[in-house]
Amino acid sequence: MLAFIIQRLLQCALVMIAVGFIAFSLFNFVGDPVSLMLPPEATTADRDEVRKSLGLDQPFYVQFVKFAGNALQGNFGISLRLGRPVSQLLIERLPATLELSMTAALLALLVGIPMGVYTALKRDSWLSRFILTISLIGVSLPSFLIGIFLILIFAVWLGWLPSFGRGDTIKLGLWSTGFLTLSGLKALILPAITLGLFQMTLILRLVRSEMLEVLRTDYIKFARARGLTNNAVHFGHALKNTLVPVITIAGLQLGQIIAFAIITETVFQWPGMGLLFIQAVQFADIPVMAAYLCLVGFIFVFLNLIVDMLYYVVDPRLRAERSGGGH
Amino acid sequence: MKYFQQLKLNPRALTIASIVGAALFAATADAKTFRWASAGDILTMDPHSQNEGLNNPMNGHVYEPLVTRDEKMALEACLAVSWAQLDPATMRFKLRDKVTFQDGSPFTADDVVFSIMRAMDKTSDYKAYTQGIKEVRKVDNLTVDIVSTGPNPTLLDQLTQLRVMNKAWAVKFNVLHPTDFKNKEESWAVRNANGTGAYIMKTREPDVKTVFVANSNWWGKRGNVDEIIYTPIKSDATRVAALISGEVDLILDPPVQDIAKLGQNKDLKIVEGNENRTIFVNFDQSRDELLYGSKGKNPFKDLRVRQAMLLTIDVPAIHKTVMRGLSLPTMSMIAPQVRGYSKDLEKRPAVDIEKAKKLMAEAGLAQGFDVTFDCPNDRYKNDEKICTAIAGMLSKIGIRIKLNAMPKAAYFPKIQKSDTSMFLYGWGVPTFDSLYTLQEIIRTKGSGADGANNYSGYSNPKGDAVIDKLKTEIDFAKRTELTKEALLIDQADVGHIPLHHQMIPWAMKKNVSVAHRADNGLYAMSVMIK
Repeated sequence: MLAFIIQRLLQCALVMIAVGFIAFSLFNFVGDPVSLMLPPEATTADRDEVRKSLGLDQPFYVQFVKFAGNALQGNFGISLRLGRPVSQLLIERLPATLELSMTAALLALLVGIPMGVYTALKRDSWLSRFILTISLIGVSLPSFLIGIFLILIFAVWLGWLPSFGRGDTIKLGLWSTGFLTLSGLKALILPAITLGLFQMTLILRLVRSEMLEVLRTDYIKFARARGLTNNAVHFGHALKNTLVPVITIAGLQLGQIIAFAIITETVFQWPGMGLLFIQAVQFADIPVMAAYLCLVGFIFVFLNLIVDMLYYVVDPRLRAERSGGGH
Repeated sequence: MKYFQQLKLNPRALTIASIVGAALFAATADAKTFRWASAGDILTMDPHSQNEGLNNPMNGHVYEPLVTRDEKMALEACLAVSWAQLDPATMRFKLRDKVTFQDGSPFTADDVVFSIMRAMDKTSDYKAYTQGIKEVRKVDNLTVDIVSTGPNPTLLDQLTQLRVMNKAWAVKFNVLHPTDFKNKEESWAVRNANGTGAYIMKTREPDVKTVFVANSNWWGKRGNVDEIIYTPIKSDATRVAALISGEVDLILDPPVQDIAKLGQNKDLKIVEGNENRTIFVNFDQSRDELLYGSKGKNPFKDLRVRQAMLLTIDVPAIHKTVMRGLSLPTMSMIAPQVRGYSKDLEKRPAVDIEKAKKLMAEAGLAQGFDVTFDCPNDRYKNDEKICTAIAGMLSKIGIRIKLNAMPKAAYFPKIQKSDTSMFLYGWGVPTFDSLYTLQEIIRTKGSGADGANNYSGYSNPKGDAVIDKLKTEIDFAKRTELTKEALLIDQADVGHIPLHHQMIPWAMKKNVSVAHRADNGLYAMSVMIK
C-alpha cells in the first residue's frame, strides 16, 4: 500500500510539473500585459523598463524556474490587474467556488441517485420516460444557456431570486460563507442548479444503466430465489454494487465542477476563482492565470489520487495482484 | 490671453447654476441608495496608478483635482478657486479654503505639491497628464505656482486628471509612490482612500462590490444619493437582467443589441450622447512593401488608392446596420466636444464605386490587391463587425481583405510595434483639446508624444509644421484655425479614414436622472432619484 502511494505521489509531482510548464508556456500567446498596464502614450523605453522590472525580458526557462521556485513557497507574485498578492486573492475566492461546487455536487448526488434508481426499477412508467427526456436537456444544453434561462424565469419574470452575486456573506476566520444568510442562500440556488444540472443528469443515467445491469446478474436472481423482499434486493444488494463506479465518476466529476465553474461564475457574477481567472485572461494577468491553472491542476491530481486509493480499498483484486508479487 | 479669460468666467456662472440647482435639490432631498453596474471593476483606488476609463471617475468620487469638468465638459473650479497666468510658463492657483480630507486633516498647498509630484513619479500611470510640468511650488498655504517648460495651452486640461492626496496620510501609510508592480506587497492605497471628495469609500471587495457613502463635510453640492453601491457584472445578459429585475438602478454599458428593447420597457429609459472617441481606419503608408499583403509596391502609398477606399467605405451603411444608429458618422478625426472642432471638417464625398474603380485602374491596380486587416474584437463597440463590413465593401473594388480579429491584449502589442498593414483604431481625447489627436496620431513620429500613436507611418511635413505651431499657441481662435488647417491636410492626403464617433448609451430606471458625460464618466453627485 505504501509503495503504491509513493509511486502515485511521484507521478502526481510529474503531472504538476507538466501542468505548470504547459500553463506557463501558454502565456506567450495571451498577449503582452505591459501594453495594458501602461497608457498608450508610453514610450518604448518606458515599456522596456516595466518589462524588465517584471522579469518578462528574460528567457522563457529562467522565468519558468523562478516561477516554479516561488510557487513552491506559495508565492505567485502580485496580480497585474488588481495590484494585490495572487495567493491572497485565491484564498479570498476559494470559499465562494467551493461552496458553489459542493452544493452543486450534493444536488447532483441527492437528486441524481434516487432518480436513477427510480427510472431503473420502474423502467416503463410514464414518470421514468419523462425524467429521461428531461435529462437529455441537461446533458445537451450548455450551462451558460441554462443559467440565462433560469435568470430570465426566476429573476426577471418572477423576481424571486437575485440574478447575480453571492448575497451577504459572513466571515468565519479566513472563510467567507454565504450559507448563514438568507440572501446568501437565495443567491446560491440558481448558480448551483446551473452548475449541477449536467452532473445530475450524468449520474442519473449512470446509476440507471448500472442498476439495470446489476439487476440482470445471477446473484440478484439468486437473492430473489431466496425470497428476499424487493427492498432488500434493490437497496441492500443491487444499489450497493451500483455505487462503486458511481463514486469513482462522482469523485472525478467534482474536479470538473470546480474547474468548470468558470462559465457559471461568469454568468452569475459569482465571485469565485473562475471569474477571477476569466478576468485575468482578458487583462493578460499572467500571475493569476498561472496560479489558477496550477491550483486546478492540483485539485485534479489530488482527486485522482484519492480515487485511486479508494479503488485500492474497494476492489480486492487490486490488492491480490500486488501481494502476489511475493512481498 | 483671451483663452484664459474665457475660462475664468466659467466657474462663476457655474456656481450660480449650482446654487439654483441646490435649491431645487433641497426641496426633494431625502437620502437614497444608488446601485449601478458595468462590465469591469475598479482596478485600484490609488489615484495615480491606473489611468483607465472606469477608474478615473470612480477615484473622482473620493479624490478631487484642482480643476474639473462640468457636465458639458467645460472647465470648472474644484480644489482651486481661481488661477492666473503670471508669465507664459507659470500659472498661479488660489486653493479652496477650509477644505478637509476625509480623515479630518486640512487641505493645503503641500498636498497639491506632493500629489502632482507623485503623478510625475516613475511608476505613475498619469505621466501623460504631467507633460510639460517642470515644477510645482508652494507660495503660501493656499497658493501654488505650476511652472511649465514653456507655454502650455493644455495645462488646465491636464490638471483635471491629477487628483489630490493627503501628504501626511501618504507618509503614514508609506504610499509615497503609485502602486509599483515590482513590489510583492499590496500598497495601502489600493483598497483604502482618503480624499477631499463628495463620497467616502466604505467597503471595497474587488470584483464583488464597492460601497461609497456621502461625505457630510464636503464643500460642494450634490444630488440626493447618500450611498453608492457599485457592482461589476461581466456577463452582458446578466447585467441587463439585473437592470430589468430592478436589482440595479443603472447600467453604464448596455449591449448595443439590447438598447431598443430596453428603451421600450416602461420602467426604463436610455440616455445617450456621443463619446469623444473617434473610430478610424489606418493603413501602412511608410513601408515600400506591405508586411501582410500582395508583394510588390505598397498600394497604400498611392493617393488614388486611398481616395478609392474613402469613396468605397459606406459609413452611413455602417451607422445604420452595424451600429444600429448608435454612432455619429463623421469625416473629422476629432469629436464635436473637442476644442478646435469645426463643422467644415465634416465634408465626406458620397459613396461612388464607379469612380473608385477608375481611380484603382489609374493606379494600375485594376486587378486589386490582398491585405490583412487587423482588428480588435473586445475594445470598441462592435469593432469586429465594423471590420467585417469594411472588408465586404472594399472587395467591390478588388481589395481582398483577410480579416485578423483578436482580443485587445494581443492586438495592442502588435499594433504598437507597427507590425501591421491595415488596422482599425479608436482614439479618445481626455484633454478635450485637438492637440492630443494631432500630435499623437497625425504628426510624424518624433520624440516624446510626437507621433507616439502614429502606427501607420503617415507623414506630411506641411501638417507637422502646423501641429508644431499649435503646441505653443495659446489663443483659442487661432488654435481652432490651426486645428482645421492640420486636419484638412490630413483629409486631402486621406491619411486616415474616419468612420464615426462612438455613442454611449446608459440604461437606467425611469426615476433616475443623471448627467450624461462625453467622457463616459458617471458621477453620483449629479444623480437624483425620485
